[in-house]
Amino acid sequence: MLRKFLLPDPGEGLVEAEIVAWRVAEGDIVEVNDVLVEIETSKSLVELPSPWAGTIKSLLVAEGTTVEVGAAIIELDDGVAESVETEAPAPNLVGTGPSEAPRSRRRGRRREEPSEVSQAISDSYEPHEPGRRPDEVHPAGEVHAQPVGDPLPTAGKAPTESTLVLASDPTAVRAKPPIRKYAKDLGVDLGTVVGSGPDGTITRADVEAAVAFQRLADEPRQGRIVNDHSTFQRESRQDTFPPGGGYGPFGAGSGFGAGGGAQSDPFNGRQERRVPIRGVRKATAENLVRSVNTHVHVTEWITIDVTPTMDFVEKLKNRREFTGLRISPLLVYAKAICLALARNPDLNTSWDEENQEIVYHPGVNLGVAAATPRGLMVPNIKNADQLSLIELCRAINQLVAVSREGKLQPGDYTGGTFTITNVGVFGVDAGTPIINGNESAIFCMGAIQRRPWVVETNGVEEVVPRSVTTLAIAFDHRIIDGEQGSQFLHDVAEILAEPALALLF
Amino acid sequence: MVQLLTPEGRRVTNDEFEWRGTDDDLVGRLRDMTLTRRFDNEATALQRKGELGVWPPSLGQEAAQVGSARALAPKDTVFPSYREHGVALCLEVPLKQLIALFRGTDAGDWEMLDRFRNYQIIIGAQTLHATGYAMGLQFDGLVGNPDPADNAAVIAYHGDGASSQGDVNESFIFSASYNAPVVFFCQNNQWAISEPMTLQSRIPLFERARGFGFPGVQVDGNDVLAVQAVTEWALERARNGEGPTFIEAFTYRMGAHTTADDPTKYRRDEETQEWAGRDPIKRLTAYLREQGAIDDAHLARLEEESKDFGSEIRSWVDQLRVRTMDELFDNVYADNTVELEAQRREYAEYNAGFEEAL
Repeated sequence: MLRKFLLPDPGEGLVEAEIVAWRVAEGDIVEVNDVLVEIETSKSLVELPSPWAGTIKSLLVAEGTTVEVGAAIIELDDGVAESVETEAPAPNLVGTGPSEAPRSRRRGRRREEPSEVSQAISDSYEPHEPGRRPDEVHPAGEVHAQPVGDPLPTAGKAPTESTLVLASDPTAVRAKPPIRKYAKDLGVDLGTVVGSGPDGTITRADVEAAVAFQRLADEPRQGRIVNDHSTFQRESRQDTFPPGGGYGPFGAGSGFGAGGGAQSDPFNGRQERRVPIRGVRKATAENLVRSVNTHVHVTEWITIDVTPTMDFVEKLKNRREFTGLRISPLLVYAKAICLALARNPDLNTSWDEENQEIVYHPGVNLGVAAATPRGLMVPNIKNADQLSLIELCRAINQLVAVSREGKLQPGDYTGGTFTITNVGVFGVDAGTPIINGNESAIFCMGAIQRRPWVVETNGVEEVVPRSVTTLAIAFDHRIIDGEQGSQFLHDVAEILAEPALALLF
Repeated sequence: MVQLLTPEGRRVTNDEFEWRGTDDDLVGRLRDMTLTRRFDNEATALQRKGELGVWPPSLGQEAAQVGSARALAPKDTVFPSYREHGVALCLEVPLKQLIALFRGTDAGDWEMLDRFRNYQIIIGAQTLHATGYAMGLQFDGLVGNPDPADNAAVIAYHGDGASSQGDVNESFIFSASYNAPVVFFCQNNQWAISEPMTLQSRIPLFERARGFGFPGVQVDGNDVLAVQAVTEWALERARNGEGPTFIEAFTYRMGAHTTADDPTKYRRDEETQEWAGRDPIKRLTAYLREQGAIDDAHLARLEEESKDFGSEIRSWVDQLRVRTMDELFDNVYADNTVELEAQRREYAEYNAGFEEAL
């Protein structure tokens, strides 16, 4: 009898999982509890055992595909003669799989009546995007355009100057403690905000709208017409969702918010795609936001001739000790950075807010941003400053291999003190990277390209083709001043322009 | 740390504690632990097949559970947390009920067994219940009688994470103040979900007991002999009216915290590998083989029994009936309250608000 295995919820209340790797092939004979497949949910990597013994008939889902809980993923013949029932329905235990009973749904009438209390609670605690809340209150002026299709999100309530003046008695303000804290953190005086929640309660969205409005009001020279409702909507959305994710250790976001003009449907009915923010993406985003909100980023760069470094790499490749190892300019960069950090210890530090101290790390745990199967990770090489060139080369090779396999362990990406990111591999000149974690600086490698370069030989200048690149360093200005940051960058550049000078360090 | 059997399966002596059983008893312990592991593995697999909502694996903690459970006298009572599958097995709790609990077809409204209370999901709350119950034993005159058969004690199971809970510390204080006949059996499995033990306590856990005013003993939790010896001693003290004892069974959670957890995200493979070398079943098997108490044929029979047990466990899920919400309202109080009846009506109305999908 043919059995279909439906994807169970392997965690608590998960709705989907990615098929990472099949452990069986069609035609394989399996026993009960033999592992069929490895799946990854937003919480964990999990192996699923077989409920039946028998022969695998077909794998219904390709590796790399994300499927919903309850979907059939594999067919198995248990060798038992066909009975009337052809398919064993998977039990529905945690409310996410298919139900044995006919599907039922709530009558609409009930659905639209959340109690005021529950509505107020969800308003207070859910991190609203300002625009996702239905615009229930106080349109600030005439609405110039009617949305087409799905209602376009609006920036919460759109307060006009007059509404800001209206409620000014702070004692009369109604807001939940988390919202009061939120407003305080953002420097918003709740007395100037009109609440849109039940009984005039101020919601998170109201506070966010007030911040967006304040920013507009502070920049009148931009020529924005604050009282124009549609303009306000458009502008404030852009303020709330700045275009572009900025640079992570890798790449920029495309930054197209869901907004845009309300006048027409700019895509002629083509549907946008929405991807839930979770897993590594979410963790990356949170780390970057924290970094940007704490570090005072300054970026400097320098363009240099690294032909001698390229020649040096070629020399290393021909040496017997390096047989079997992959050698790239990254190796020389990493070594140069370790040497320069020894001379400029301010860049190998952390800010300890709690104790009001700057922590000078005793060694360099050198992070290298890597695109892994799980997403962007920054594993680090422990005590990289103590490694010889050959040891460093082995460490980089190993780090690359482990990252590629997605087998990094927590210890691999914690404890970093300084990070290198390489946007050069994407053919990009340079970037302004974001500092990783609680480190104080990050080094960005740009592409190395053949370019015309002015070279002086015996007092004669001529333009010759050389391998040229741009190096960038972003550092935390709270700890590092332009002097130290520049000196560090200069030191790295000096070694890369002439590796033999490393002997001086 | 009290140890009577090394990870290699060699017997060692301890100045204060000794194993008073026979090798035949140990053959029984091996069976207890093997079947516990089978039960746990099968339940974990059932969760992965979508048959259980969640499961907290006991993998690696078999000796701590079996050794302590086998130290209990007939009148002693167990207040477990939610991972004491091995204790349940030794006390002949119908394991199908545990499966039902995690399948969600049972809301814990079992016939209360005299010796084994319900699984407690709230971390550490059972230590309060245990202490209160132990104080009740004192009031009932079941402690410190000349005839040992008239006496009873209580054992409360909890983990290292629970030791950071206020409830647990309050239980320690109350039991000490009242000299209550309770044994706090802490399975220190090194991880409170992703929180390592070293972050939770600056000193070994058993040393904390001294501050509360009762003895604390650290025992190799993967050594079934030592665990049973130490627990027998502690229960004896309790029954004699000598008050509470804290036992720290030093063990390791080889699996995930629950099936919803992925331990590879927070702990190193090397650590797990190291603990695999201290496996409780392996060391007892090695010892019994060396003694000639078991042979290959015995182990093959045990494997066969374990396999049959596995299929029996799998067959349970099909036998479990989904409860209706209505039954829940029946089982809270003997005589229902007005408030609960009102809730029952409200729920019935809510249910009637559904309609068939198109």
